[in-house]
Amino acid sequence: MQNKFKMILLSLILPALLLIIWELSAIWVQNATILPTIGKVLENFMHATDNFIGLGSIPRNIGVSLIRVMSGYTAGVLIAVPLGVLMGYNKTIQQVFETLINIFRPIPPLAWQPLALAFFGMASIASVFDMPFGQQYVFWGNFKIAMVFLIGMGSFFPVVASVMFGVQNVRQTLIDSARVLGASERDIFFKILLPAAAPSIINGLRVGLAIGWGCLVGAEMLPGSLAGVGYLITHAYELARIDLVITGMICIGVVGALLDSIFKIISNKYFFWESKTR
Amino acid sequence: MEKIKIDHLEKIFHSQNEMKINALTDINLSVKENEFVCILGPSGCGKSTLLRIIAGLEDASFGKVFYNGQEHIKPCRDIGMVFQSYSLMPWLNVLDNIALGLNFSGMAKPKRLSIAEEYLDMIGMSNFGKAFPHELSGGMQQRVAIARALANNPDVLLMDEPFGALDAYTRIIMQKELLRIWEQRKKTILFVTHSVDEAVYLADRIILMSGSPGKIKKEILVTMPRIRDRSNPEYGALTAELLVLLEET
Ligand SMILES: Nc1ncnc2c1ncn2[C@@H]1O[C@H](COP(=O)(O)OP(=O)(O)OP(=O)(O)O)[C@@H](O)[C@H]1O
Ligand SMILES: [Mg+2]
Repeated sequence: MQNKFKMILLSLILPALLLIIWELSAIWVQNATILPTIGKVLENFMHATDNFIGLGSIPRNIGVSLIRVMSGYTAGVLIAVPLGVLMGYNKTIQQVFETLINIFRPIPPLAWQPLALAFFGMASIASVFDMPFGQQYVFWGNFKIAMVFLIGMGSFFPVVASVMFGVQNVRQTLIDSARVLGASERDIFFKILLPAAAPSIINGLRVGLAIGWGCLVGAEMLPGSLAGVGYLITHAYELARIDLVITGMICIGVVGALLDSIFKIISNKYFFWESKTR
Repeated sequence: MEKIKIDHLEKIFHSQNEMKINALTDINLSVKENEFVCILGPSGCGKSTLLRIIAGLEDASFGKVFYNGQEHIKPCRDIGMVFQSYSLMPWLNVLDNIALGLNFSGMAKPKRLSIAEEYLDMIGMSNFGKAFPHELSGGMQQRVAIARALANNPDVLLMDEPFGALDAYTRIIMQKELLRIWEQRKKTILFVTHSVDEAVYLADRIILMSGSPGKIKKEILVTMPRIRDRSNPEYGALTAELLVLLEET
C-alpha cells in the first residue's frame, strides 16, 4: 500500500511542476490571449455543460470527436488487421503490398487533407446513407467522409506494420512443434500464429488509436466541421480564447490517455504472458 | 520391420554470407519398429538437423527419409518430436499445452483434458495444470513438452536432448519413466543426447556421430537387459569405451 502511494506520488511530480510553471508564467505574462491562468481554464471545466462560443458543451464536442475518430479508426483497422496478418503470413502477399505501404507510410495523414477534400468534398455519413433531412441528418452530417478518411489513414499504417511484425516474429519453434503435433495449416494460422501475435496486434491497435486520435485537430480543421474538440480549438483560437484552446487540448490529452489505458488493461489481463516469456 | 530408413542423406545449409555449411553427409540409418536408438555426438555435428529432417521440418539436400516404407516429407502426428529449446505455447496453461495435439486432431475438450491430466501426473506435476509456462522452471517446461509429445500418442518419437535441462535426480526418474512408456506403448524412439551414461542406460543401439561434416562414425549395439544397473562392470566398460571414442571425434 505504502508502495502504491509512493508510485502515484512519483507519477504526479512532473504534472504538478508543469502546473506551477504554468501558473507562475501566466501571472508574469499578464495576458490571457497568450497564457491564461489555471483558474480560467478550470472555470471552463466547472461549466463544462455550458454552450461555449456557440459550439455546444464540452461533453458534446468530445462525443462528436470520439464518434469521428472511432469511425475512421474502425475503417482503418478493418483493412489493416487482416492485411497485416496476411502480409506476415505469406511472403508473396507481403511483396505485393510492401513497396506501396512503405511509400505511403511516411506521408503525414494531414498531408492528405487537400486530396481528401477533393475526393470526398462535403459528403458525410448522413449523405452517404441518404438520411432524410431532420435532426438525425444534422447530427450525422457532422461526420464528413473526408475526416473519417484522414483519421483512417492515420491509424492504418501503424496497425498494419505492427500486426505484420507480430505475425512474422512468432518463434519458429512454436510453429514447428505445432506441426509435429499434427496441426493443419488452418490450425497453425488460427491456433498458433494469431494468439502468438495477439500482443503485437493489440499494441498496433493501441498505437493506431493514439495516432488516429492525434489526427483529430487536423481533420476537424476541414471546412464543413461545426463541432468536435479539434474544431473547438481552432475556432476558439480565431476568437482569441486561449483558455478554451487549452481546455480543448486538455480534453484531447485526457481522453487519449484514457483510451490508451483501456488497451493497457486488456494487455495486462490477457497478454500477461508476453513480457514474462523467456 | 523397418520403421525409419534414412538413405544417403545429405544436408547443406546456405548461410547468409554465401557460405555453405555441410551439416550432414551421407547418413544411412535404419531404425526398427520398437527400437530405442540414441544418437550421441559432439555439439554442432548435426544431431538436431538430422531429427528435423526426419520429422519433415527441414528438407534434405540429397537423399531420402522413409517412414513405414513411404517417403516422408511433411510433418505429421505419427512422428512426434521433443525440441531442444523451449517450445511450449506461452499463452496456454500447462494442461492446454499438453492437450494441444489432441486439440488439433479434433478431440472434445473434456476428453483431451482428462488425458492431459494423466500425463501431468506422469511427469509429477499434478499441481501445475493451471500454471503458465513462464511460471515454470526450465526443467519443468521440458517435462511438459515431453508430456505434450506423449499425450499425442505418436508412433515414432524424436527426442532432442530432452533431459538436458533436468537435475540428475529428475533425469533418472524421467529416464525410467520413458523406458516404461516405450515398453508399454510400443514406440520407436530416436533420442539425441550429449550424455554417454544416458545413451548406455537407454539405448538398444547407440549411433556415434562426428562433426564437420556430420556423419555416422560408429554404431554400437547395447545388449544388456533392462532395467540396467549402473554398477554393472559391463555398463562401466561400455561407458568408458564410448568416452574414448567421443574424444577421438
Ligand atoms: N538453419 C541453419 N542455417 C545454417 N546453418 C545451420 C542451420 N541449422 C544448423 N546449422 C548448422 O548445422 C550444423 C549442425 O547443427 P545442429 O543444430 O544440427 O547441431 P547439433 O548436433 O544439434 O548441436 P548441439 O549438440 O549443440 O545441439 C552446425 O554447424 C550449424 O551451424
Ligand atoms: Mg542440437
